[in-house]
Amino acid sequence: MPWIPRGLREGVVTSAYPRRDDGYGAGFSGTVTVAPDLGDAALVRAAAKACPTGAIELTSERPRLDRGRCILCGRCARLAPDTFRVDPGFETAAVARRALVVPPGDGDDAALDEARRTLAARVRVLRRSVHVRHVDAGSDGSEEWEVAALTNPVYDVQRLGIFFTASPKHADLLLVTGVGSTGMSLALRHVYDVMPDPKAVIAVGVDAISGGLLGEGYASGGGVAADVPVDVFVPGSPPSPFGILYGILLATGMLTASLRPSASGAPPEGPAR
Amino acid sequence: MTVREAIAGVHSPAGFAAAVAARVARGGRFCGVFASPAGDGTRLIAVVADGGALCIDETVLAPEERHFASLTPSIPAAAWYEREIHDLFGLEPVGHPRLDPLVFPGASDVAPLRERPTVPAVPAVSAPPASPVELDLSPLPGHVHGEGVFTISYGPVRSGVFETVEYLIETSGEDIPHLRTRVFYKHRGIEARVSGMQVDDGVLAAERVEGVASVAHAIAYCSAVEQMGGVVAPRHADLVRVVHAELERVANHLDTVVRHTEASGQAVAYACFSHHKERVQRLRASLCGSRFGRGVVVPGGVSGPPRLGARELLDALGSLHRAIGDDLHRLMGTPSFVDRLRGTGVLSCDTARRYAAVGPVGRASGQPEDVRTSRPYAAYGRLGQPVPERHDAGDALARQHVRLEEIAGAFHLVRQAVDLLDELGEPDRWSVAVPAVRGRALGWAEAPQGELLSLVEADGGALVRVKHRSASFHNLAAYPAAFPQDIFTDVAFIEASFGLSIAGAAG
Repeated sequence: MPWIPRGLREGVVTSAYPRRDDGYGAGFSGTVTVAPDLGDAALVRAAAKACPTGAIELTSERPRLDRGRCILCGRCARLAPDTFRVDPGFETAAVARRALVVPPGDGDDAALDEARRTLAARVRVLRRSVHVRHVDAGSDGSEEWEVAALTNPVYDVQRLGIFFTASPKHADLLLVTGVGSTGMSLALRHVYDVMPDPKAVIAVGVDAISGGLLGEGYASGGGVAADVPVDVFVPGSPPSPFGILYGILLATGMLTASLRPSASGAPPEGPAR
Repeated sequence: MTVREAIAGVHSPAGFAAAVAARVARGGRFCGVFASPAGDGTRLIAVVADGGALCIDETVLAPEERHFASLTPSIPAAAWYEREIHDLFGLEPVGHPRLDPLVFPGASDVAPLRERPTVPAVPAVSAPPASPVELDLSPLPGHVHGEGVFTISYGPVRSGVFETVEYLIETSGEDIPHLRTRVFYKHRGIEARVSGMQVDDGVLAAERVEGVASVAHAIAYCSAVEQMGGVVAPRHADLVRVVHAELERVANHLDTVVRHTEASGQAVAYACFSHHKERVQRLRASLCGSRFGRGVVVPGGVSGPPRLGARELLDALGSLHRAIGDDLHRLMGTPSFVDRLRGTGVLSCDTARRYAAVGPVGRASGQPEDVRTSRPYAAYGRLGQPVPERHDAGDALARQHVRLEEIAGAFHLVRQAVDLLDELGEPDRWSVAVPAVRGRALGWAEAPQGELLSLVEADGGALVRVKHRSASFHNLAAYPAAFPQDIFTDVAFIEASFGLSIAGAAG
């Protein structure tokens, strides 16, 4: 069978997200949540100690988990299952670094609203069509697979007016993966500088947000924020393609009521509801 | 698992290079040379594969000794290893033909691994703070001379969603007489970070050395730890490791097909194969929660069984294999595709042998070794594996054929492993406890990119040094040899058909 009939044979395989929820995306174990109950304090302390990236804070009365550090290893959920749980969900990206710490602290909501308003005002013209440039600043290679997956027929982001572009000079959005390696620092900054305004930067994955498991070292800056101003933070190690897509929609304001009639009134870009 | 690692000899620094060269001259396959702190001095460890055994030659350099005799003049495959030792340990291989910077953009006084961390060490090795560096953009001394010859720098930011790497192409217009690969942009210092980690955390780092081969790295690392601890993973766990490792192989090999179809402008084939790859990733996620098989392999075994029942998993494998096989058959019958691969990026058998090329790259150029059969690990010794066909054309098409055969082989292995798991029934436990380990051990696996080694040194349950030697790093030395017959438009095919992971190569 030649290729063209072969291409038609399968029918439509493309997800309807974000117009409708996607079953696969909704079932993907992409986040760790913290239960409202306090749980056993000793177990929680053990979980915090065992966390390989120090993502669990015990300073306030309830434990808080920094999704910007969490590599989803699931250790905390095994040690303190009443407090931490690996849950399905991919809409975990946020417009402020502190909004990745769950549950939110006092005053976070106001700051988040402000960040959201500022970003929305800046990128208003990108709402219908956006060109994306990806730069790897020291990733482990898996994030590139997930970013590249966005152009496969399942995610097919062109349908949403999202296009990958070769030249930074044509790009509105910068997707950055990796720990912010020292060697890429200058090149990354240069890419950002030549992008026309308005522009926005998405840090893809915990490596880009905080350095992930590697953190800071002689060759890694503990995330890319030291090199470029990050607007949207997409946690995950690596984030799933749906998680990255959600981050892009969040950055461009495409998650409007017209696209998601089913949204329950809650701000779509908030931390886990 | 039978450990067939032999300590072959401790040599004087003066006799080290000659001893390793002699072993290679007798037919051994050079697997790498690594450095490691030894007291205040430095130990050099060379690994040579000899049939089913790995031979280790080593020597210790005194603290004040900053030179050693280079292996590269007699073993070309050692070139990149010695550059790495030079940059990370501040040692100079005397007689090395080209000590271009490897892990830093320019000459550096920093030798991040020179100091031995105190054990047990603080989790992060103290290191100079990361600061932006000025890239040295002045042209490096070229290899090729002649009228009109110039150097094109392609990268580090490239046109597409790729890992960062820079190619310096010396050319007079369209041909590629010489190409150099610079990977330091991505250097993350992962080995320095791992020193001092607990052994259990080390597997998380291993999974992130080369993210697309997480399972293979975790297996190599954990089998080294298990050797040191004197424990053997349960049989069930070995089978689960095979399931995840082989699906990882299918995903990686499909990735090269996707990149080939994209580069050759086969739009429908690109859509079909990127869809197949997505289905494989989803199947992997349905078995363990991670699309990259992370968190499955742990020291002492695995974290649990596949989350799909045997029947359901076999059905999924069957329909996936049929769909992929059908489209591969169609693709290999598409002349406008096959013509782009045939005769492109030829790595001759002789070059492949001299550079000891591994994995599909080596197997397409007459180097048949596959660690799954030559040094079986996990459950591979108990599963039937097809005898691979011999390929010696050495072009991108031969590499594609090798990968297609391996996709079929991988499905065959997964089905056997699932059947056996089903027969064995539920085990008492999926992993055994590993006591606090000390000493040194070498683990290995056949990653989709080829043989990888994990040299683990530990003390009191904490890691002193881990050297993850990826196949991507090893094959870099042979990589430029595949370009001189070709022109610019072939670069995408040569690159995809080598399938190098830059993360694994840059460390």
